[in-house]
Amino acid sequence: MRGVLGFLGPKLLRALVAIWLVTTVVFVVMRLSGDPVPLLLPPDAPTSEILRVRRELGLDRPLPVQYLTFAANILRGDFGRSIHFREPAISVVKGYLGATVELGLTAFVLAALVAVPIGLLSAIRRNTPLDHVAMGVALVGQAAPTFFLGILFILLFSLKADLFPTGGRGEWKNLVLPALTLGAFAMASIARVTRSAVLEVLRADYIRTARAKGVAEWIVVVKHTLRNAALPIVTITGLQFGTLLGGAVVTETVFSWPGIGRLAIQSIYNRDYPVVQCAVFLSAIMFIVLNFAIDLVYGLLDPRVRPKA
Amino acid sequence: MSATPAVMDSAVTVRGGAAGRRTARLALAGLAFVVLLGVVAAAAPWIAPHDPVRQSLRGRLGRPTLEAADGRARLLGTDQLGRDVLSRIIYGARVSLTVGIAAVVIGGLVGAGLGIAAGFRRGMTDTVIMTLADAQLAFPFILLAIGIIAVLGPSFPTLIVVVGLSGWVSYARILRAQVIVLRSREFVEAITALGGSVTRVILRHVVPNVLSTIVVIATLELARAIVLEATLSFLGLGIQPPTPSWGGMIYEGREYLDSAWWISTFPGLVLMLTSLVVSRTGDWLRDLLDPTLRGE
Repeated sequence: MRGVLGFLGPKLLRALVAIWLVTTVVFVVMRLSGDPVPLLLPPDAPTSEILRVRRELGLDRPLPVQYLTFAANILRGDFGRSIHFREPAISVVKGYLGATVELGLTAFVLAALVAVPIGLLSAIRRNTPLDHVAMGVALVGQAAPTFFLGILFILLFSLKADLFPTGGRGEWKNLVLPALTLGAFAMASIARVTRSAVLEVLRADYIRTARAKGVAEWIVVVKHTLRNAALPIVTITGLQFGTLLGGAVVTETVFSWPGIGRLAIQSIYNRDYPVVQCAVFLSAIMFIVLNFAIDLVYGLLDPRVRPKA
Repeated sequence: MSATPAVMDSAVTVRGGAAGRRTARLALAGLAFVVLLGVVAAAAPWIAPHDPVRQSLRGRLGRPTLEAADGRARLLGTDQLGRDVLSRIIYGARVSLTVGIAAVVIGGLVGAGLGIAAGFRRGMTDTVIMTLADAQLAFPFILLAIGIIAVLGPSFPTLIVVVGLSGWVSYARILRAQVIVLRSREFVEAITALGGSVTRVILRHVVPNVLSTIVVIATLELARAIVLEATLSFLGLGIQPPTPSWGGMIYEGREYLDSAWWISTFPGLVLMLTSLVVSRTGDWLRDLLDPTLRGE
């Protein structure tokens, strides 16, 4: 039990500090933005009305008290009311969450399914034209800005070739281009890491032994190599899953995908700060929880990371 | 002074021979690209064939051509307001490089300072700084950037600070590790024993020893900063129109993709090329100057 705590403790602490930081930054930024009351009331509201709303929102109290109230409200899931939608910010954001999860998961699965075989093949056929082309594409994929990649895809596959719709959500065809755009960076990174991890293992003595024993080549590749190369591949895959959330903001905007990233951007234009806060906060929490889960999986996979019993 | 032998050492011993010379040539070519971009940005008023903000209703959405209605070339076409795309790309390089370099300087100063402090002081200072670094890495920075800019309002200084602070963690982490190793070396002990102050040890001995590392990280960070600036400008949170920026141009051309593909595509290709070349240059410099960083 002590061992488990020793392993989990620092990671849990880090996750909690991150959540606290997000809460504090959201609070500070909100204070910096000035008085929200004029946004909530008609421009000709009397002073008594302004004072009433200020008291109602607790803005007349000292800052530390406001900070604690704010943190307590967030813990209860209360982010205030949306100015634009006229309902609690949390329920607005919840309505858009499904689309983001759908897009993120598809992009992730697509990236992993394409990238691992390509990386493996590149390593086995090292320094062949196939390897050079695959790794060249991966380099470009890593350097390409997500939003421009999306626009290129729309130009080539929607407008010129008319294979997929330019945006929106609906049938599976709508999902293809956004998922490819969002997954491109992850795909490129996973392919490159897979290649170098497999190359590393192929140099090992036990691979030479296996081959010397006359084990079939595909068994050497799948059983001896891939299993031992799994760890770095799982790590980079997990890390990339986390970064997908950030990319979702851009991808959703480019493809008019009705998720929380696009909602956040539109709410900024609408000056609907409660919704922006709620969307940013929930995304950050999702990201932190996800990374925490990945750390745990990593511990399960690698006996060396696991605490000694 | 003391940095020079270390740099030469690693370059000669680790990547000697043909491979090393090839990497050196590539890194040099990459640096030449950055310098060229800088010259283009600085000399924009003399190089740009047209005024980047001058509108022309008659010349709207013009295809790339060698001879437009006024008899002059519009090599990359005109946009929805009749402005010359090539000229706007040239002026856009100013924004990309200014924000990119300023952000790298801010991130580098903050990150290097905190990283060296953490590695040198250890203890509480170290714990606090590294926990902050971990926490910042624990969520996608673009969300934070969007939140901050949304409230403070988009402006040049806000953009530079936000993009700059997004990058301090990489410097801090790597420098901390290097300083911890350096600190235990005998020469540092000798200087302290001879009565040298901490500031002297850091400025005269630690900083020169980690300078090549800083150069490598700064190059990689420059590519990231340029892309982040373009992304924020694309989302309407960066440089505001009519100032030409690559991200902003890509955004404006979005609605005309079907009829005038060149408005978005050309600045996008330039951005992609810049990002690719600068980040590859960082990789080559790393192989050349500091092969120990490869795992990062």
